[in-house]
Amino acid sequence: MPADRGSLKTADRPSDGQAPARRSPQAARAAAARGAIPWPLGVPALLGALFLLVPLGGLLVRAPWRGMPRLLADSQVLDALRLSLLCASAATAVSLVFGVPLAWVLARWQVRGIGLLRALVTLPLVLPPVVGGVALLLAFGRQGLLGRLLDEWTGITLPFTTAGVIVAETFVAMPFLIITVEGAFRASDRGFEEAAATLGASRLTVFRTVTLPLIGPSLLAGAVLCWARALGEFGATITFAGNFPGRTQTMPLAVYVALESDPEAAVALSLVLLVVSIAVLAGLRDRWLTAGTTR
Amino acid sequence: MTANPSGQALVMAGSVERGSFRLEADLRADPGEVLGILGPNGAGKTTLLRALSGLDPLTSGSISLGDLTLDDVATDTFVPAQRRPVGLVFQNYRLFPHLDVRDNVAYAPRVQGAGRRRARAAADTWLERLDLTALATRRPHQISGGQAQRVALARALAADPRFLLLDEPLSALDAKTRLDVRAQLRSHLDEFAGPVVIITHDPLEAMIMADRLVVIENGRVVQQGSPAEVARQPATQYVARLVGLNLYTGTLEVATAVVSLDVGGTFTVTWGDDDPGTSARTGQSTRPVLVVLRPSAITILTARPTQASPRNVWQGTVAALELLADRVRVQVDATPPALVDISAAAVADLALRPGTAVWLSAKATETEAYPDASAHHKP
Amino acid sequence: MRRSALTLTVAAATGLLLAGCGSSSTPAASPATSSTAVSDSPALSGTVNVFAAASLQEAFTTLGRQFEAAHPGTKVVFNFGPSSGLATQITAGAPADVFASASTKNMDQVVKAAAATSPTNFASNVMEIAVPATNPAGVTGLFDLAKPAVKVALCQVAVPCGATAAKVFKNAKLTVTPVTQEIDVKAVLAKVTLGEVDAGVVYVTDVRAAGAKVKGIQIPANVNASTVYPIATLTKAPNKATAAAFTDDVLSADGVSILAADGFAKP
Repeated sequence: MPADRGSLKTADRPSDGQAPARRSPQAARAAAARGAIPWPLGVPALLGALFLLVPLGGLLVRAPWRGMPRLLADSQVLDALRLSLLCASAATAVSLVFGVPLAWVLARWQVRGIGLLRALVTLPLVLPPVVGGVALLLAFGRQGLLGRLLDEWTGITLPFTTAGVIVAETFVAMPFLIITVEGAFRASDRGFEEAAATLGASRLTVFRTVTLPLIGPSLLAGAVLCWARALGEFGATITFAGNFPGRTQTMPLAVYVALESDPEAAVALSLVLLVVSIAVLAGLRDRWLTAGTTR
Repeated sequence: MTANPSGQALVMAGSVERGSFRLEADLRADPGEVLGILGPNGAGKTTLLRALSGLDPLTSGSISLGDLTLDDVATDTFVPAQRRPVGLVFQNYRLFPHLDVRDNVAYAPRVQGAGRRRARAAADTWLERLDLTALATRRPHQISGGQAQRVALARALAADPRFLLLDEPLSALDAKTRLDVRAQLRSHLDEFAGPVVIITHDPLEAMIMADRLVVIENGRVVQQGSPAEVARQPATQYVARLVGLNLYTGTLEVATAVVSLDVGGTFTVTWGDDDPGTSARTGQSTRPVLVVLRPSAITILTARPTQASPRNVWQGTVAALELLADRVRVQVDATPPALVDISAAAVADLALRPGTAVWLSAKATETEAYPDASAHHKP
Repeated sequence: MRRSALTLTVAAATGLLLAGCGSSSTPAASPATSSTAVSDSPALSGTVNVFAAASLQEAFTTLGRQFEAAHPGTKVVFNFGPSSGLATQITAGAPADVFASASTKNMDQVVKAAAATSPTNFASNVMEIAVPATNPAGVTGLFDLAKPAVKVALCQVAVPCGATAAKVFKNAKLTVTPVTQEIDVKAVLAKVTLGEVDAGVVYVTDVRAAGAKVKGIQIPANVNASTVYPIATLTKAPNKATAAAFTDDVLSADGVSILAADGFAKP
């Protein structure tokens, strides 16, 4: 059965998912010359794909299609959707403003202990989100280390506010951006930066006019990753910002609440979130997929 | 452009240490002069370039441009690259891929404070001067090597530098383009008023582009002088090989004008003594000398020459044949070994191939000896 | 290589089968009847999965430990959470043995799905206001909760404690807008304990369980609402015998006294 040695005969085998009629003869021959996918790679790949796709299929199949229009018109659902999109985008914006400079410092500052700093700022990646939420309460809650000061000086408290949702989402999503962008900064060609320096550009100008544009694709990929993570955040949000429709109840929270009383609605809501996410990600697909190539 | 020309000379006297490598250089480039830095890979040319441009600091010594100190270890002064009035053309050009040609050239005026329109106008002037106007809106990946080189030069010149550094300006080009570009580049450099330093490993490039040469080997300057001087009297094997000469060290018997070569054998030479009084004054009967013999001055035969006129005749075996542009260079194992240039037709006539036994002959008048200033006898 | 892989698979499968059989192989197990004394039934073993309302956490944990001590070889594993969520999990097929709900509504849900039969009411609970130990907002009664400056945490309406709290407010003819609608009563308590909110409406048992961390403010009996707790062994319980024994424990005099000590009232 394995035909991974590239004999031309493999082109005759019924290959899954391909449409040979659409390919040019040259492309078909070239593909055949390369050989079929070796089965030790193909089988796990197929299983992996199924593992990720079957749950999505389950959502699609079991969705209450007939009840969808009524659901989508429900103001609570629209509120949750609006809130989700708003907060995820805001969290991404905040992450960009603070995360990109941090990533640059981590990549370029040669000083002892920078590795430790890097490990610490990416800790939220491995922290269970609820733990993150508790940590946020201890820091920014009404009685928290800094939250207490904020309350005393300005009367502003973050928990139970939309701002609190943004804080929680930023906390869990920013490390994704930092990791992606730092990698890009490390890999970027210093030669262009040196050329810019010889032309009279200060370090900041070099960053603005050369470094940043050159890592554009990676920056976008990092932002998309960050946005997606923020959109899906649940544990830290509900722990730090609470759950109140219109103010802090994002889509994931709405789904969880719906699961308590109306599982069908939960499925429908999940589907809505899925469709919106796919729409956004697909819109950025090409640049997302080609991030990492230096062009 | 203005001011006292000699006050604008680029002067470096110092050393740079990079890891275990150490470069020591003492050189000077006058305004309007093109100084060629020639040396093999690993000699320290890049290190030198980075020190002159301000990308790396010196370990000791100083660099100055006229009365402007660029780097002085003694007074702890260092002007970094962004503040040095330098124009640097990189070996692989390093044109910004995300900007078009015009914006690349406009980059320096832009970052130095000019508004977008003014910067673009300045860029346009340079584009026109270097005949690049048609390419203004193209991206770097859409232009050829020769064009990219001109853009890189325009970009460096648009920064209004007071001195120019060029790193292997022609090495990234194919042979044909190189010919075309070389002449153009030379004329552009002629128009530049400040000092120009060109780094290269190609001797032909150095000969053509530079007014003066500095030869670097292993982090040290081994020879300085005009291209003609360096070519005629190379100071080391490397330089000799570079300029395509046969170079030998030996001891000259003053009275007979015969040199005993260190690698074996003897040559009767034409003795070029700059100071005839020396031998007489010091009464030396032998002198350490370098002997130079052009490959085209050696005749190669498959049978012992019968004519008496060539004074130097010796035997050997063909080791290798190298096809050059218009001739063949034959490498002969003999005592002493030699490079011989003959036509391709002659190679065919004599049926030369590695292993063929041959006879070499050269006239004494073509075999030139001159004092070995460094007086080291092992090549 | 293939041989030993096959052997391994067979061994694993056999192991699983035996484990499956083991838990239901208790000999002559009699179905649960009310108030049999503990430690009577022969050789109870295995794990019992108890899904219980969050407010039962302290009482049931104690009961569980007692049960394990009395029947060595058994293990009681708890899943505490909002009763509505637990009911959903059970009807979706979660492997539970016993269900103790904080409201009859959620138990009815499970019975309707034919996952349980003949539940028994074993306790009831009323609401109380919990404030942080320092009572920063100076809350003295229900009416303070309606003030806009007071931050109140409530359970979601879909959850028993939320539904009961809503009844209380209806009785008192108050409109209270919380800053957050938490998933279960323990989450509300946590927000109060941390001082993030000025007050929360929880069960009296929760106030007692929190001890010095919170202060309780009683709700007048004429407006207070109560909720009844039913318990049932599930029809598809993997470990029926031990499950039934545990349920009996809860309903026994011992169970009643533990629950009462925590503040639960009779059903």
